[in-house]
Amino acid sequence: MRVSLFVPCFVDQLAPQVGLATAKVLKRLGHDVEFRAEQTCCGQPSFNSGQWDVAREGAIRALQVFRGAEVVVGPSGSCVAMIKKFYPELLKDTPHLAAAEDLAARTFEFSEFLVNQLGVTDVGAKFAKKVTYHDGCHALRELRLKEEPRQLLRAVKGLELIESEEGESCCGFGGLFSAKFPMISTAMVQVKGGALARTGADFVVSSDPSCLLQIGGWLSREGKPILPLHIAEVLAHDA
Amino acid sequence: MSDAKQIFIKDATLNAADGDQRAFIRKALGGYYVNRDLQKARYRDWERARDAASLAKWTAVNDLANQLEKFTANFERNGGIVHWARDSAEARAIILKIAADVNAKAIVKSKCMTSEEIHLNDALEKAGYGVVESDLGEFIQQLRGEPPYHFVFPCMHVKREAISELFTKHLGTAPTDSPEELTMIARRHLRQLYVDADIGITGANFLVAETGQISITENEGNARLTAALPRIHIALSGIEKVVNRLDDLAVLLPMLATAGAGQPMTCYNTLYAGPRKPGECDGPEQFHLVLLDNARTRLLADPEQRDALHCIRCGACLNVCPIFKNIGGLAYGTTYQGPIGSVITPHLRGLKQWNHLSSASSLCGACTDACPVRIDLHHHLLHNRRNAMKQSPSLFDRVFHAGFGFVMKRPALFALGGKVFRATLPLLKKLPLPYMSAWLKTRDLPVAPPKSFRDQWKDSAHG
Repeated sequence: MRVSLFVPCFVDQLAPQVGLATAKVLKRLGHDVEFRAEQTCCGQPSFNSGQWDVAREGAIRALQVFRGAEVVVGPSGSCVAMIKKFYPELLKDTPHLAAAEDLAARTFEFSEFLVNQLGVTDVGAKFAKKVTYHDGCHALRELRLKEEPRQLLRAVKGLELIESEEGESCCGFGGLFSAKFPMISTAMVQVKGGALARTGADFVVSSDPSCLLQIGGWLSREGKPILPLHIAEVLAHDA
Repeated sequence: MSDAKQIFIKDATLNAADGDQRAFIRKALGGYYVNRDLQKARYRDWERARDAASLAKWTAVNDLANQLEKFTANFERNGGIVHWARDSAEARAIILKIAADVNAKAIVKSKCMTSEEIHLNDALEKAGYGVVESDLGEFIQQLRGEPPYHFVFPCMHVKREAISELFTKHLGTAPTDSPEELTMIARRHLRQLYVDADIGITGANFLVAETGQISITENEGNARLTAALPRIHIALSGIEKVVNRLDDLAVLLPMLATAGAGQPMTCYNTLYAGPRKPGECDGPEQFHLVLLDNARTRLLADPEQRDALHCIRCGACLNVCPIFKNIGGLAYGTTYQGPIGSVITPHLRGLKQWNHLSSASSLCGACTDACPVRIDLHHHLLHNRRNAMKQSPSLFDRVFHAGFGFVMKRPALFALGGKVFRATLPLLKKLPLPYMSAWLKTRDLPVAPPKSFRDQWKDSAHG
């Protein structure tokens, strides 16, 4: 299958290793991977801020960028939810609705693509560490993905998966919310990050780089001995 | 920035930093989660029950005018008197007039959030009536001079010792740390008040159109005494509380109890149909019902958010909301706290003043999953944000997003901007930039990688 990578803008700029790991796993499974360099941001920051006109332009651009792609796979539940759930809503009264629905049907979050589209759970990874998993809210509640990432992690050789308290609690990122209401956002990550740290895991793994930015940022500031890691990085690990 | 927003930010920031209070609230809700899940598991299919409950409310709300006509006709046939109030002021005036007409002095009231919405106690007290709240939590809040913290658990934030001190101060009772004894103190105090009161004011959980009855759900039995002992009963209800059929309560009453309080059923569910009839030995001489609009019809006219009128005020969305749990109920500054409050308050009181509540959310969606009547709560927060931007965008937001949109459409500029951002990040971290410094106060940012994904991809064999 020819997979077109959808690389969220801050993965592009701040966590390029996540995009590279996503490509590595897909290639290891025998797929062609392309990256269409005209892509920028999915428009979610503007959408969530109520600037739907700006977001709509971004959405229409993305429809053009990914036109003709067989499947589009992104390593972020949040940005994929933007395409899958919110593009059709944004474009519902426009001539672009059909294209938006078409793209939504061909776009998948990384773990969703592996497990539900390819039917793969063992990607041949080895990672002899204790990890706990954080469900990003968009993956969990917009895309209804909960078991998929866990199935993938359980199949990783040597990996021990530990569930945390506050399992379905939000990390408090919420995009610009984290900077517009920093104290509420911080209170939320104290609850979530504290629960993750108490698991005694070496790594907190998530399918959402934005949650990892928040959780990792707080864990680092607090000096907690647990590191953020994207699920693609775990699955790319084969030595 | 609106006054309401300034107060909100100040209170929310203070409360979010109060670790002890936050832990107390989490602990108070701990038992609820366990019981709720136990009770949900007793349903054959909770999700289908949500469908049924949602459909019952949808059917009533989408035929509201007809159902209200049917309800009021039946209510009047039972001997009740209906009053229509367009807004808070009209509702208060109607109730004050009834009180004057029946020459009332003392009033006892059971739990009624709609009365909080119209600030009824203030109006009655100013007019010289004594009003006492008979729900234990509301009674405590009344003594504290504080509005309800949570619209189902009004004093969940108050520790037992504080309640004991409060009773000692106001009722002269001996200090105790026994919850049973504290309840008995309030009970002994309230019993005589029911007997002395001329008017009992209640709310209504459901208005049953086909029978003209009002349904009241409670755990303490105080609403039954409030409705039955005084010679005048006034019920106050929003117009959206109507359901078409008595059968609808078969799903709504247990779901209200389970979703809201983790109970199989609330202790008392009572249907009231009119005043005392000839030959009956008890019940009020007059039974008034004040039906309040107060911008509900405005919400009804909005097809996108009309489902917010399905709300049965169970409080489930508050109980699971990480914002509520971390800032507490009083910080909202609204009658209805939590996600449902953030959704409807802009409709009730104005979007410009109250949109900040819709922004103060990570959009996690826990509320929407918890709602027994499937209100699309967290997406409505997005809708409010969009509507607010259309109505009165701030200059900062306009410039910020116009700039963002400009860059988003130009991949080369986007890549260049990213490069500059990464190169200057160590410097940016030191500058007092609006969003950056807010983030860095409590969280680190990763060290920017020397090369972006797109550059690494281009450099590798793929490009």
